[in-house]
Amino acid sequence: MTNSPSTALLQTTNLSRRFGGLTAVNNVSLILEPNELHAVIGPNGAGKSTLVNLLSGELLPSSGTITLTGQNVTRVPVHRRVHQGIARSFQRTNVFKEMTVLENVRLAAQAAFAPAGGLFQSSARARDLVDRAHAALKRAGLPWAASHIAGTMSHGAQRQLEIAMTLASEPKVLLLDEPLAGMGQEEADRMAALLKSLATDHALLLIEHDMDFVFKVADHMTVLVEGTVLATGKPADVRNNQAVQHAYLGGHA
Amino acid sequence: MTQAPRLLPETKTGWAALAVGAIALALMPLFASPYHVELGTTALIAALLALSLQLLVGVTGLVSLGHGAFYGLAAYIVYFLSPEGSPQPIWLTLPIAMLVAGLAAALVGLFALRTKGFFFLMVTLAFGQMIFFVFHDTKIGGGTDGAYLAKPIISAFGMTLDLPRRQRPIGTYYVALTQLIITYLALAWLLRTLFGRVLEGIRVNEHRMQALGHNTQRAKLIAFSLAGALAGAAGHMWAMHRGFVNPEIIGWHKSAEALLMILLGGLGALHGPIIGALAYTGLTEVAGLMTERKLLVEGLVILLAVIVLPKGLSGIRLFSLAKPSGNPHDPLGDTDPSQREVKIDND
Ligand SMILES: Nc1ncnc2c1ncn2[C@@H]1O[C@H](COP(=O)(O)OP(=O)(O)OP(=O)(O)O)[C@@H](O)[C@H]1O
Ligand SMILES: [Mg+2]
Repeated sequence: MTNSPSTALLQTTNLSRRFGGLTAVNNVSLILEPNELHAVIGPNGAGKSTLVNLLSGELLPSSGTITLTGQNVTRVPVHRRVHQGIARSFQRTNVFKEMTVLENVRLAAQAAFAPAGGLFQSSARARDLVDRAHAALKRAGLPWAASHIAGTMSHGAQRQLEIAMTLASEPKVLLLDEPLAGMGQEEADRMAALLKSLATDHALLLIEHDMDFVFKVADHMTVLVEGTVLATGKPADVRNNQAVQHAYLGGHA
Repeated sequence: MTQAPRLLPETKTGWAALAVGAIALALMPLFASPYHVELGTTALIAALLALSLQLLVGVTGLVSLGHGAFYGLAAYIVYFLSPEGSPQPIWLTLPIAMLVAGLAAALVGLFALRTKGFFFLMVTLAFGQMIFFVFHDTKIGGGTDGAYLAKPIISAFGMTLDLPRRQRPIGTYYVALTQLIITYLALAWLLRTLFGRVLEGIRVNEHRMQALGHNTQRAKLIAFSLAGALAGAAGHMWAMHRGFVNPEIIGWHKSAEALLMILLGGLGALHGPIIGALAYTGLTEVAGLMTERKLLVEGLVILLAVIVLPKGLSGIRLFSLAKPSGNPHDPLGDTDPSQREVKIDND
């Protein structure tokens, strides 16, 4: 809005969402540039997941707008937003536990790409989708897991599967809600490397609690407190921001 | 690598057991009395209806109380097309009955599918009852008394099956059986398609499917319409079997009964509703012979079956592979206890 013409891929303007008396997201304006890793941090209940739900279309805002490559998508339903290039992962692992890993990712690919032979063909024969699924699994570091039943894998592998499912639609924008949540050190390191690699060819909005990690990898960051943007900018600037130090980082800084 | 659909038999043995069941059903009229052949047809039609409902309940996770309405509506369509005195060929009546039932379901689904869970149950109930009252409270289908119709002629591709009067029930039985087998195979195929996988995903977690980019609303509408058309095929069969329609076949209890059959036979198998319907029909018959208090007996047995067999009759495994001596007198193998039941009735 301020310095046009904008190169923004995804942009929110004065975005708000109220739940009854509670304003979970309050007047949030942020910009996500192509190939940028934009981290959103904030304490529990700050409205981070609500923000992701607004961007993905699972929730409608009470006010404000969302644009994707300049087009207003504020009221575009969830499934169509995926077709326009937005994909998300969930804070709590949300995969089809009784299906194979491949089936999980193939369902994701199928949602975004019309299969060559139409919907009424045997799922085993839809080679194009299966190939896409394998490619996404490979990128997410799970090529070995294709035939595993999703629910039987380790927590870390299931988190990776979440990522593979978002990749299968070949999105421009990835919204990842705490992908490192609940991971052990080794799993977290692997995921961190994956996130860095994804940021090279996606716009990545990353919700994360681990401050050290965020300061290391983020190109841009936004601090959210009680639904409101407290500070936004380069990690170094945010780290030195008085308000942030005062209100949020406290002991950390 | 690709996973077999959850509702289909996993092994060749499973498929073989189903084939044996189908053969047993095909041989039944050779041994049974005319009365029992007709009872068999009634059971097969119940199975057709329950199987069509399974597409919603077991496959997509939609519990509807309006399903019986599409069944009844289709039966009335046969009455309109083929009134007493001017019988029409089945190749004409069946597609039209299915089409009308499918379109009605599409229309109802358009509204009902905006709701979920309990509300969906209530909205489908309300729509079903609306269709019921159209035929119950107006004269267009003979009102509450019902009306006789000319049973459609078994004819297709220019050939007509002309049976002597005494054998006609057998002809009807085989039409119903053929229809049941074709419907089962068609649904089994559907489950294997990409579309079938979408329905399965919706049953497990519709919200996740949306987030993946699936238009779940559209998929559910297609399933709901398809299930309605298949219920229509069952209703058509009913009209052909009885030659009579009345509002009773539209009411919500028809849907409830079909749901019970699914529960009894098993939610987790595509053939569950078939077994459930055969068992339920046999059960009602036996209960009717033994006592006046038919409904009570039925209720108790079903309650027991559901508590003792949470996976339904189709979930029973007789360890037949590990211990072949399990039941040497049971020629139908492990999946068909209900057919035993029907056979006992028919002896
Ligand atoms: N569907 C909802 N209905 C009512 N209140 C909600 C809903 N979703 C979120 N909230 C409330 O909105 C606020 C923000 O929640 P949100 O989940 O977005 O926080 P968060 O920053 O993701 O927190 P966390 O770090 O714990 O994941 C919380 O107070 C929460 O209770
Ligand atoms: Mg959250």
